[in-house]
Amino acid sequence: MIILTRKGLDEIEEMIKGCGSLLVLGCETCSAMCFTGGQRQVEELASLIRMKKTMSGDEGEVVEDAIARQCEIEFIEPIADKIKGCNAVLSLACGAGVQTLAKVFPDTRIFPALNTKFIGRAVERGVWAEVCMACGDCILGRTAGICPVTRCAKGLLNGPCGGASGGKCEVSKDRPCAWQEIYHAMKRLNMLHYLKEKPQVKDWPIHPDKVVREDLMTVEST
Amino acid sequence: MGLKQALESGKFVVTAEVAPGKGTDVSHLLEDAAILKDRVDAVNVTDLQSSVMRLGSLAFSHLLTDMGIDPVYQLTCRDRNRLALQSDLLSAWALGIKNVLALTGDHPCLGDHPEARPVFELDSVSLLETIGKLNSGSDMAGNELKGKPDFLSGAVVNPGADNEAALDLQIMKMEKKIEAGARFFQTQGVYDLDIFEKFIKRVEGLDTKILGGIILLKSVGMARFMNKNVAGVFVPESLIQEMKDAKDKVQASMNIAGRLIKGMKDLCDGVHIMPLGWESKIPPILDEVGL
Repeated sequence: MIILTRKGLDEIEEMIKGCGSLLVLGCETCSAMCFTGGQRQVEELASLIRMKKTMSGDEGEVVEDAIARQCEIEFIEPIADKIKGCNAVLSLACGAGVQTLAKVFPDTRIFPALNTKFIGRAVERGVWAEVCMACGDCILGRTAGICPVTRCAKGLLNGPCGGASGGKCEVSKDRPCAWQEIYHAMKRLNMLHYLKEKPQVKDWPIHPDKVVREDLMTVEST
Repeated sequence: MGLKQALESGKFVVTAEVAPGKGTDVSHLLEDAAILKDRVDAVNVTDLQSSVMRLGSLAFSHLLTDMGIDPVYQLTCRDRNRLALQSDLLSAWALGIKNVLALTGDHPCLGDHPEARPVFELDSVSLLETIGKLNSGSDMAGNELKGKPDFLSGAVVNPGADNEAALDLQIMKMEKKIEAGARFFQTQGVYDLDIFEKFIKRVEGLDTKILGGIILLKSVGMARFMNKNVAGVFVPESLIQEMKDAKDKVQASMNIAGRLIKGMKDLCDGVHIMPLGWESKIPPILDEVGL
């Protein structure tokens, strides 16, 4: 899922200063799973903002809501009137959610309350790790399910650099060398021969990238 | 004699290295290079070593050719995408540089501009392949070159990888580098000849030349620092004690380097000496070991 963290209250306050009425809008998928944008975090943040607004005399009502996915128009539409009824929205979603709102409501200021960090997973309670860079050409089948593009600090495709020490990466002692992890996994899965493959070079997509599925674009005949 | 001829001659090859500094003043570096001239077969020029921004290896390698020294142009994948790497290689050849050491490079976060965006679009293996392509007259995209280089490519290997997985991976990568065109290897600094011998036995039969790495040990503090912080470098306690007990630390350092070089004579094809500012100590060390 997409891993998010919340911006500091000072930054949020600065952003929304003088914006008028505000909808604090949660997102119940990735953001809720990260404890950054579920119903509870919406309530907490909205209360804090109301308090700050009262203290600073900044006018405008603060309302709150949460929808299943801010990145999908069909989930946004049911609350369109609520959004249009406010001067601004403080979104507790990822960058895709914020930009979808901005696209659908071009006359409303949309502020991000979160920072979108990466595609990752929870490794323990309160700890999330980056595991995928959405590079567009998955090689996990050749690397025993461990992504070197993401988990090797240099994104190396043809084996490790010489910088690992005690099984840890040269950039940080609390980060395992991804290639040593790949090696152990490959050994377990009897696929070490993959390490001897022809050198790989990654070709990078041009950003912003786009996926087009013509089979889904054609109108169904009746 | 240049590096290529030296490696082909079968003699015990000696290379050393100089490290450009921050700024445009190269006078000391040229003096260091002059000390090494006629005593070594080639001089490596490091490429922003430790990810610290400095004068570039391409320019200083060229200055060495002006002095009649055969440079080994160190080129890392840290700061350049495939366009820049290929272009710099063509530029290097046009400036008279004939040897390249292909390196992945340290991560920028270890250097003095830690916020820099790392590139690593290619790595040491794919860079070696790319050099091979340029040598054969085309670029990575398959476009024909008008005038082609004929680089001698080298690479590095870390014989002191500190666990079985790391060493297996180093050797697998070494084999890939050879397949990709590495004709010689310069190793990470070696202080324990037993470990080095075990490594050499494991890579016996590989079609390449190996120059054992010698880092001049300048102090007890440096030994401890490297043991803690430099991957694959292990200074045994006996050498640390020898440095501690020595009245003349410089002489002790030179003795240690001399013993390591003598030990390597039976194990590999040459040595690569990293003097870290003690370039003037290299000629007397070589005198002592008869090189």
